[in-house]
Amino acid sequence: MPKTSTLNLGTGTFVALGFAALFFLTTQTTSRGLSFGTPPHYDVTAKFDNIGDLRVGSPVSMAGVEIGRVVKIDFDTREYKAVVTMRLNDKYNLIPTDSDASIYTQGLLGGKFIGLTAGGAETYLKNGDQIDFTQSAFVLENLIGQFLANFAKGSGQSGSASSKTDAPAATAPAATEKTK
Amino acid sequence: MKVIKELWQSLIDALIGLGSVVRFLLRMLMVTPGALLRFDLIVQQIFNSGALSLVIIMLAGLFVGMVLGLQGFTLLQRFGSEGSLGVAAAIGLVKELGPVITALLFAGRAGTALASELGLMRATDQLSAMEMMAVDPIKRVVAPRFLGGVIAMPLLAAIFSVIGLYGAQLVGVQIMGVDSGSFWSQMRAGVDLRDIREGIVKSLIFGVACSLIAVYEGYYATPTAAGVGRATTRTVVTSAVVVLFLDYLLTSAFL
Repeated sequence: MPKTSTLNLGTGTFVALGFAALFFLTTQTTSRGLSFGTPPHYDVTAKFDNIGDLRVGSPVSMAGVEIGRVVKIDFDTREYKAVVTMRLNDKYNLIPTDSDASIYTQGLLGGKFIGLTAGGAETYLKNGDQIDFTQSAFVLENLIGQFLANFAKGSGQSGSASSKTDAPAATAPAATEKTK
Repeated sequence: MKVIKELWQSLIDALIGLGSVVRFLLRMLMVTPGALLRFDLIVQQIFNSGALSLVIIMLAGLFVGMVLGLQGFTLLQRFGSEGSLGVAAAIGLVKELGPVITALLFAGRAGTALASELGLMRATDQLSAMEMMAVDPIKRVVAPRFLGGVIAMPLLAAIFSVIGLYGAQLVGVQIMGVDSGSFWSQMRAGVDLRDIREGIVKSLIFGVACSLIAVYEGYYATPTAAGVGRATTRTVVTSAVVVLFLDYLLTSAFL
């Protein structure tokens, strides 16, 4: 058995290291950090046609600065829209009521976040207000579908322009069908 | 017919073993309030199973983290997303490798020490002597060892994870050249407090399991030299199996 002072020193060092490690994990590896109680805040809602993979806890930012988080996502069964409740820090309480909310993607394939762009109204958002101007998340599949459709149209035109020999043959059945 | 009878008997034996472990745990929990009053005994056991395991935990954490950094880097490089190394290493360490490997090392380093110590006490009739003196050996000897292990385990796992993270950072950022900014910022964006909580809960439960198995095997060891040896072996084997089984259970519960 080691002497009491050695014992206490060893145990103390170990426990201090352990709690330092826990502290490091909770504050440095997560974006939340330690929150002692919740800071003063107010909630606003916004309705989106499509929120993509926006989730509870996603950040809400303005000019790239995080000003709040998404706290609730609901579905409006009458309008078929997603109702997103955002909790904004009370520090940022001068956001015009006609600001618009859009859903953006972090990085190329990262998670979604809500970006607010300030409007010009003189009145400011309060607790329980709704942001009326919204823009949905852009869904990659839709974009690719659109792109492919455009691409097909574009290549079809260029094809008919470049190869003149094919063009009459292709249009011929159509023309005959019309004359019938 | 004989085979079925033997199978039946071994099933009954397994149930008896499980029951006596649970009863042992309950007995220990009953005396826990009293044992907490003698906090100096618990401190001594935190020293024995925690502080003395520190070096091996830190070494293992460093190397596990470095391997994770290396493997993660070569895999993620294929998809051109080396920047995600930080979040991959952090999630892997905090949720899985930290608690599990710490528990396995803990069973090997501290669990065997507990089991052989208690087994030897049993073999040399120290436990019976205590009972003779109207000192409850579970309260005086077993419960402090159990509680010390339970307290030490989450702290050890946290230290393991942090050192492992440093190891992953060492290989990924310093040697392989992952951008330090994206390493840390993607980690912060990708790791949730829930993940940390999962790691802590896991290591706490593993701590209970490993300590319980160690003190149980030691306390009920056959009081011979061979019996103590067998108790030590069984501690490691049972702990490893139970920890890995519980890990699957807890992971699916947390999903």
